[in-house]
Amino acid sequence: MMSVETEIRFKLNGREVALMVPVTMNTLSMLRDKLGMTGTKYACGEGECGACTIRIDGKTVNSCLMYAVDCDGRELVTIEGLRTPEGLHPVQQAFVDHGAVQCGFCMPGMIMQADYLVENNPNLTREEAQRGLEGNLCRCTGYTKVLDAVEAVVEAKKCCGRC
Amino acid sequence: MENNLTAAPIVKKTLIGQRVRKPDAPEKATGKTRYINDMVLPQMLIGKVLFAGRAHARIIRIDTSAAEKLPGVYAVLTGKDAAGLKFGFVRDNVALKDQVRCEHDEIAAVAAETEEIARRALLLIEVEYEDLPGVFTPEAGALVGAPLVHQNFPGNKSLSFEFKHGDLAAAEALSDYVVDNVFRPHHVTHCCMGTSCAIADFDHNGKLTIWTQTQYPYNYKMDLAPALGISPGDIRVIQPPVGGAFGSKLDVYPYEPIAALLAKKTGRPVKVIYSREEEFKAAPTRQAAIIHMRTGCTRDGTLTFRSADVLLDNGAYTSWGPTIPVIMMRTTSGHYRVPVVDFKAQAIYTNNPYAGSFRGYGNVQTTYATAQQMDMLADLVDIEPLEFHLKNAQKSGEVTPQKSFLRECVLAECLETAAKASDYSRKRKEYAALRDLPGRYKKGIGLASSIHNAGGAKIHKSDGIGTILKVDDFARVTVITGASEIGQGIDAVITLIVAEELGVPLEHVTIVNNDSDIAPWDVGVHASRTTFIAGNGTRRAARKAKEQILNAAAKMLDEPAGTLELRGGSVVRDNCGTPLIELDRLLRRMHFQAEPELVMVSDYYEPKSEPEGAKHISDHSAAYSHAVHIAEITVDTLTGEIKVDKVTVAQDVGRVINRMGLEGQIEGGIAIGLGYALSENMRIEKGMLTNPCFRDYKLITAPEMPPLDLHFIESNCAEGPYGAKGVSELPTIVIAPAIANALYNATGVRIFNPPMSPEAVARAIDETRQAGGRRESE
Ligand code: FES
Ligand code: FES
Repeated sequence: MMSVETEIRFKLNGREVALMVPVTMNTLSMLRDKLGMTGTKYACGEGECGACTIRIDGKTVNSCLMYAVDCDGRELVTIEGLRTPEGLHPVQQAFVDHGAVQCGFCMPGMIMQADYLVENNPNLTREEAQRGLEGNLCRCTGYTKVLDAVEAVVEAKKCCGRC
Repeated sequence: MENNLTAAPIVKKTLIGQRVRKPDAPEKATGKTRYINDMVLPQMLIGKVLFAGRAHARIIRIDTSAAEKLPGVYAVLTGKDAAGLKFGFVRDNVALKDQVRCEHDEIAAVAAETEEIARRALLLIEVEYEDLPGVFTPEAGALVGAPLVHQNFPGNKSLSFEFKHGDLAAAEALSDYVVDNVFRPHHVTHCCMGTSCAIADFDHNGKLTIWTQTQYPYNYKMDLAPALGISPGDIRVIQPPVGGAFGSKLDVYPYEPIAALLAKKTGRPVKVIYSREEEFKAAPTRQAAIIHMRTGCTRDGTLTFRSADVLLDNGAYTSWGPTIPVIMMRTTSGHYRVPVVDFKAQAIYTNNPYAGSFRGYGNVQTTYATAQQMDMLADLVDIEPLEFHLKNAQKSGEVTPQKSFLRECVLAECLETAAKASDYSRKRKEYAALRDLPGRYKKGIGLASSIHNAGGAKIHKSDGIGTILKVDDFARVTVITGASEIGQGIDAVITLIVAEELGVPLEHVTIVNNDSDIAPWDVGVHASRTTFIAGNGTRRAARKAKEQILNAAAKMLDEPAGTLELRGGSVVRDNCGTPLIELDRLLRRMHFQAEPELVMVSDYYEPKSEPEGAKHISDHSAAYSHAVHIAEITVDTLTGEIKVDKVTVAQDVGRVINRMGLEGQIEGGIAIGLGYALSENMRIEKGMLTNPCFRDYKLITAPEMPPLDLHFIESNCAEGPYGAKGVSELPTIVIAPAIANALYNATGVRIFNPPMSPEAVARAIDETRQAGGRRESE
């Protein structure tokens, strides 16, 4: 009765991965249960909370809503892939510095989405950030410090243009 | 550096009030933190629970044979495996039931190799039910002849509470104005982002190790033990990082003993973890209630009495929910100077989901009533609400009818600060004048305040904490403390205090606080107590270590005792800051000398508060605090939608310790309160939850979070660490009535049954218009 499995290949945080997955498995379960990449979180499984946000081919998606087989041939980045060899990614660092992290459970998804927003809009305003993070629920912080962190990243980017 | 008098002096820089990062934030921000939800142990099985899915029924037959035969299934348990193992406040609950009393009653549980096998096994369990008539409101439950939820609780009566002070009839006779309303605070739930999870494992001596999200590890042992029929001494509690708690992990819930019973049966570790839908259905709620409240005052605006008659929807079992009158009555008797008080509360069993504790604990519901009635009375007396509040505000040194001693009380200052910062009085008049003019969008401003315990609450025999602190040969400090970290940031506070006292870098402090076999007693994270209690415990322990270190240094360096300090990683002369020896070198010398000594100290701190007591007349907290919120809103009178434009907060925090963490607690607390006020609502029909998902149960999202203007009033609490008070519940408590008062200012309608959803507001506005003017609509 086990579901049919198929082999897929894709890039995960810059490395080639090949594995067998059940055709019914979603990407979130593949990451967490098959690959042990537990940074990405489950909090609803229905596309309603954003805790499972990852990047696929540059775009953010709710990994709980995407079949694992659809990752075949594509490029995935998860929260674990954001960190650079030098240390925290600037968005991660800003979240830490601005006190945006409490229990932290929503943060992998929140940070992936925030990173996507600042990357795609160098002039991101606070209101735009609020709308862009609407799909990421946080029960602890009230989002204020999250938005402070995002604003700080946008400002820092403006000043050096490199980060 | 020793005796090197040319070394630059180290100036004293205090960390108190600074912005300190949460030590675990980098791990969390990089996805490295191993939450309990992420944990996998060798040989671990997955446990799944079969819920009844009906509100009230007899189980005629249960057949688990097919499930047991499924390959990969290791155990199937039913009610008979937990028979007699009663737990809970009044011992009315068991891990697995032989009768159904609410939708999420746990009927059977399976342990299997994988989650998929466990799910399939559940489908193979055959249960035949005979549905019974149920009771779904406390009024219905209280009727004579109502179906009984528990045969041994006649009249469906659960807990009851009473407090009376003064002559009510005389106070009523003295009152020129009385407001009299019925409020119906609703069911909401915590929605921790990390769903409920426990992992249990037994060793060969029968000792249970349980990895759990609990926020009260020591009493937890006492509460879990009867559900398993073992001794509390045979339970080791390990608390991995959790995805939120907010009070929801302040009791034992059936999935925890179920994990343990499955582990016992299989001899393997078993993990039970909820899906979001299971979390909505089976996790505790905030207590729903019916509050009949009356408040009176004289013509000149002096409060004369307050009475509250409260009926609580107990739900099917008794957890912390029905104990909230302990705090409800403190607010009823202590929110402003109320000379005469009459409070009673009765909890009635129903076949609804049952409530646990939730940030704000009873005060959210009560303040929704008291703070609106303050606004109504001001209107009747026809004075400025601010003036009315100030007139009745307590001052330092006053004692409430229940004997809460308000040692440092800055309520008036909070009121004035918030009113001034928001230009409250002018805006209120202006918006009221515009209220009845044409126009779809209306602006409103509303003021609310409340009082809450801010130095723990002695509802257990002890409200204390144990702390062990050691400083190693490299001047690295380890604090072993009972204080649990659930995301609220006690880790940052402890680190800050140690660094402040011992002059070491923040990064040199490690906290061990997640293993009951190692860390000493603490009551748990509740009652806004952790910064206050654990802060004091940490400071006392750090000061003991400091004394030992400085005494040794004085002797070794031949300096007069009492002239040395620890600063910047060195021992310095206190007056001039001249460094005398590095701390790590000193510690090694102390350790390796002829009469060696190690720095390892312990402390037990018990706050100076009185046990709650059966009469509820006691100074049950070591401190009390006030907060004032002023909400500015825009109401779309067509759709009923409320947009919160800004919230001004003035809160007595005692003293700011970690400014960043404090702000985070206030912001987050307000977000939960906003959801309560505006959108969150468990829609329960005949005991069945109809909206168990985030699509239909709406939390506050980033765009709905208003800008906040925070003002911290420092009352310098004598008993608090550096003067600090507990802070984190008041923000959740005060926001909803501030919005309700703003709604009245904007539109002339009041919502007595929260949430103030668009439908409720639009309906109330329509009714008011039809009634031809302002009306207080239910
Ligand atoms: S877990 Fe994917 S959106 Fe919630
Ligand atoms: S930090 Fe806890 S849910 Fe966002």
